[in-house]
Amino acid sequence: MKVAVLKGGRSLERQVSLRSGARVEDALHRLGHDVLPIDVGPDLVDRLVGDRPDVAFVALHGRGGEDGTVQELLELLDVPYTASGPSACIRCMDKVVSKHVLRDAGIPTPDFYAFSQTAFGELGAARALPAIEERLAFPLVVKPAGQGSALGIKFAASAADVPGAIVAAFSYDTKVLLERYVAGRDLAVSIIEGPDGPEALPVVEAVPQGDDFYDFEARYEIGRTHFTCPAQLPAGASERAAELALRTYRALGCFGFARIDLMLDGESGELTVLEANAIPGLTETSLLPLAAEAAGIGFDALIERLLQLAATRVPAA
Amino acid sequence: MPPRSSARDLERYAGLFAARTQVMKSTAMRDLMAVTDQPDIISLAGGLPDTSTFPAEDFSALMARVGAESSAAALQYGPTEGLGAVKACIVEVMAAEGMEVEPEDLLVTTGGQQVIDLVCRALIDPGDVILAEGPTYPGAVPVFHSYQADVVQIEMDEDGMRIDVLQDTLERLDRDGRKPKFIYTIPSFQNPAGVTMNLERRRALVRLAAERELLVLEDNPYGLLRYEGDPLPTLFSLDGGEYVIYLGTFSKILSPGLRLGWTAAPHPVLEKLALGKAAADLCSAALSQHFVVAYFANRDWRAYLRGLVELYRRRRDTMLDALAEHLPREADWTRPRGGLFVWARLPGYIDTTDLLARALRENVAFVPGRGAFLDGRGGSEMRLNFSGVHEDDIREGVRRIGKVVREQVELFSTLTGSEPARDPRPASPAERPNVVPMPRRGAQGR
Repeated sequence: MKVAVLKGGRSLERQVSLRSGARVEDALHRLGHDVLPIDVGPDLVDRLVGDRPDVAFVALHGRGGEDGTVQELLELLDVPYTASGPSACIRCMDKVVSKHVLRDAGIPTPDFYAFSQTAFGELGAARALPAIEERLAFPLVVKPAGQGSALGIKFAASAADVPGAIVAAFSYDTKVLLERYVAGRDLAVSIIEGPDGPEALPVVEAVPQGDDFYDFEARYEIGRTHFTCPAQLPAGASERAAELALRTYRALGCFGFARIDLMLDGESGELTVLEANAIPGLTETSLLPLAAEAAGIGFDALIERLLQLAATRVPAA
Repeated sequence: MPPRSSARDLERYAGLFAARTQVMKSTAMRDLMAVTDQPDIISLAGGLPDTSTFPAEDFSALMARVGAESSAAALQYGPTEGLGAVKACIVEVMAAEGMEVEPEDLLVTTGGQQVIDLVCRALIDPGDVILAEGPTYPGAVPVFHSYQADVVQIEMDEDGMRIDVLQDTLERLDRDGRKPKFIYTIPSFQNPAGVTMNLERRRALVRLAAERELLVLEDNPYGLLRYEGDPLPTLFSLDGGEYVIYLGTFSKILSPGLRLGWTAAPHPVLEKLALGKAAADLCSAALSQHFVVAYFANRDWRAYLRGLVELYRRRRDTMLDALAEHLPREADWTRPRGGLFVWARLPGYIDTTDLLARALRENVAFVPGRGAFLDGRGGSEMRLNFSGVHEDDIREGVRRIGKVVREQVELFSTLTGSEPARDPRPASPAERPNVVPMPRRGAQGR
């Protein structure tokens, strides 16, 4: 098959995307496909129209690639592509939207309040902050609605930290959320579509090394976080995490694959879903390939499966 | 195409990496900087001289001359310490800043950057202390990390490194039984702060080094790029070559593409540096060295430098005017008398790493201040380059930065119910040990 690998682009996750893309290209070569690497830019449509790939493998992360924009374009050009369609991408990329979907579907997610920049400017939303802080309690987490990586996520230990954290989060998006902080274990469940529908892969746990508890960045750095798969969890927790992840995947309307991030509360043992990634990383250190390998699915087999799913999918529109 | 490494490969290699490869650079910063080199972005993040000012026909003619006159030698290895003819050019450049050296005092290096590496290689064991300015040259940070040095940063003000703080720090280290191996400083038009150490402090620093038998690494890439004021003597000339290791470079007065710098140092130190250089790369590129020799013999390097000074002075003025026009009152910045950079400080609640993400959406980039500190400070500061950017782009770039800064200042005041014009920082520099206190905009007479 002639496969266009879409990677890079202008998002802040450009570097990760280039690495995911390069690794996918290697696998495609090994699988005997005709590979067309595309660093996504203003010539994307021309290249897709000119080269007419059989399938587009979307290895983009973040804005533009993971938020439904590229998927809309691919639908328009009638190019089959991997992973979720535009609407699921939009739901996953926007944490406010996805958390509302989760809540409506009865899937536990940490309490939250979301604001747009105009709410603060025109509706005086700042006056509501003390009430929110009281309900969520400290420390709380402030996040931009639409940023895939750890960028812009801050802990606020007290009320004095909140305004600065909100200002920082608005650097990444016009919408931010304040979320209850769950102290506990950091889990990720990857889902891939099998012959009988979506399947949950073994749970991965991210264990930060050292005691820099509040450092989100550490999670993404080799050596600063240790990953175990399958995670050693209390009885029943893995099954429950898999079930929640599958429900999340379906509720958000994902297709092909996705990664669902969860927290296991250290005290209550309660599981909550933090977010879903419609196009999880595929680099050498990414969690989905790690989980697939633990389930006996090698990287090449994973890529081939995603490709076949894309080629045979019924158009979403 | 050969396959790249798989996940298992990476795990296999992970156990082999040395502890010093565990760099501290934040992934966030790396991801952000990766986006700054896109073509439609106005980047004030570079540290680049404007090489487009070097006449292409001169370059061709000089290369042709090198080819015709010294082809075999230019294609050959050279001596580790550098070509004698290049050293003669270096003697001339150093004389232009009032320094007298003999060719045997010099080691030609692969860029000034190599000098920092060689000095660390010769002096630093893991855990040894280096004293540096805060903020310091961001490019030195990974070198210090890779030798596992313990870096203590000394605050600055508009007159450069504060010697009183340096003294206090030395005494504190004494009490802990620790002696720093060297003091790293850029006294003139510092990168990134843009400030210059005054004469009194230069004398005091040299005296202190002699008293305590401490080495000083004087990094002086910009000394000849002076846009106003009188030249100040270098630490090297004040010290007479006893305790000061001097670092010079052709990068800013000719071209960074040549990758040629040099060091002048006390002979016992120079010998160790030369041994390190032989281990690192045997010798610097002969082709580049022959080009420099041909250039100095056939062109007026001082005239080219004068042209650069004129150009960069205009660009600096453009940037300072644009900053005055577009940044809110809550911000302040240095007013460099030379060099390539302005250092700006924003209110403490603005994180310039996050701000860069916002700025990139407006297609403008700068260097967030954290990159100039090894201890997480500098979060509300930024480095702005003017030398490598056309005046229109400087104006537009600063306008865009001003827009996003104002946006955040207003948002913060909305969130806290405070007046936007309020100065949220403490007034006394002593309460803000990590920042360069700078005159308020109104006090600058513009």
